[in-house]
Amino acid sequence: MKALGIEGTAWNLSVAVVDEEDVIAMFSDPYIPKEGGIHPREASQHHSERIGSLIKKIFSVVPIDEIDVIAFSQGPGLGPCLRVVATVARFLSLKFEKPLVGVNHCLAHVEVGRWKTKAKRPVTLYVSGGNSQVIARRGNRYRVFGETLDIGIGNALDKLARHMGLSHPGGPKIERLAREGKEYYELPYVVKGMDFSFSGLVTSAQRLYDSGVRREDVAFSFQETAFAMLVEVTERALAYLDLDEVLLVGGVGANERLQEMLRIMCEDRGAKFYAPPRELMGDNGAMIAYTGLLMYRHGYVTPLEESYAKPDFRIESVEVLWD
Amino acid sequence: MCETAYGKLERIYLGGEAEVRIYENVVEKIRKPKRYRHPKLDEILRRSRTKTEAKIISLARRNGVPTPVVLDVEGDKIVMERIRGKPVKEVMSTEISEKIGRYVARMHKAGIIHGDVTPMNMILSGDKIYFVDFGLAFIEDRVEPKGVDLHVYFESLKASFDNWEELKEAFLRGYRSEYERADEVIKRAEEIELRGRYVERRMT
Repeated sequence: MKALGIEGTAWNLSVAVVDEEDVIAMFSDPYIPKEGGIHPREASQHHSERIGSLIKKIFSVVPIDEIDVIAFSQGPGLGPCLRVVATVARFLSLKFEKPLVGVNHCLAHVEVGRWKTKAKRPVTLYVSGGNSQVIARRGNRYRVFGETLDIGIGNALDKLARHMGLSHPGGPKIERLAREGKEYYELPYVVKGMDFSFSGLVTSAQRLYDSGVRREDVAFSFQETAFAMLVEVTERALAYLDLDEVLLVGGVGANERLQEMLRIMCEDRGAKFYAPPRELMGDNGAMIAYTGLLMYRHGYVTPLEESYAKPDFRIESVEVLWD
Repeated sequence: MCETAYGKLERIYLGGEAEVRIYENVVEKIRKPKRYRHPKLDEILRRSRTKTEAKIISLARRNGVPTPVVLDVEGDKIVMERIRGKPVKEVMSTEISEKIGRYVARMHKAGIIHGDVTPMNMILSGDKIYFVDFGLAFIEDRVEPKGVDLHVYFESLKASFDNWEELKEAFLRGYRSEYERADEVIKRAEEIELRGRYVERRMT
């Protein structure tokens, strides 16, 4: 069985076809802002201008009649972007008479991670621009055990980067600078129960930079503080749930220092650390296609009248009928 | 296992934040260095959390919240009385949740923010619920962190119990019965939940 997946919740527009075994084809066309951060309307315009050629490309590799189901990222994400994706998915579904499956974007990150790493029952740390969550399965649902009380870690990195004169996306640039950092400056470390917060940390780091501290040391201190918060909450979830697998997903998961910290934490607890290949870590069409396939095989079809965009779609609201 | 004045070392529990050594008579909580974080940050967190925790355990107790008696504090280690009983996670009920509400109210009245109100940090012993982990507690009298305390508790209920709504109601009953500013805090907790950027609303 083959599924087409369309992802476009935020900056990345990506389409892919997968079967049960592997990714067959994937084409992406990310929106890159000329200056500043992601502008929702510009991003959605980008998506609507480029989606046609991406679909054409994918159908030239896998013809539409080989595809069994059309999956699309229904949320959470930026409303205008989601609506482009939903509209295209509906059109394809109607025109070619293929069933439609609306996929939760966060769930797709977790499932593609499990698919490609063989992690069975992990505590998942999902870190991207807009999302920062610690997720684990309980019964037939995934539950969010901890999450950011304000902004996602990716946005926090971007804000700091912009303040220090670095262009979007800021994460990789902060990572490179941090490698050259030597001095650790104390910054607000905010963990409240299972939740964490980054906005105060960003403000303090920006002030630190304004006071004349080297960019490298600001980046270093910021990463060390923010990532320690994420790793601490992940460890608390492991302890609370008595689990021994950690799965790292989301665009910020590509950060090597974050990976290293999680790996050390896991080693010290006797847990296993998993991360999917880089191309499946950030937003991508394959994760939507795979999760859509999984859902379709377990009886999910999204009727047209329920295929509207869900900017605030929670992972908890999806019943998980597979192992 | 070694034999000391503490009695036999019976169990070591590797918590999320600290190592808890359970002896026959006492419990030792040691914040061991975490290799994953920067040594300077690690040192700051371990020392400040240990000192604050010991102080707050005693303060909570003086304000009518069952907590273990602190016997000794040194560096990154707290030695305290051992509470024998059942983990609240395993015996949760509406009665227990109501009582938790009362105790959290007492803490908030005294300006204590627990910082991690989850059933994992409580032990049922006799008819008392002991709060045994103040690792993330701090002193503050603003409504906001009190609201976060409630929010954290409700989230932990949602994550662990199917009848979480009932348990939440019971907690609120207990909390209201002992705290005159309860409604203000409860309202804030609701706002915090809505602030979570992904509260679902229908959009077309």
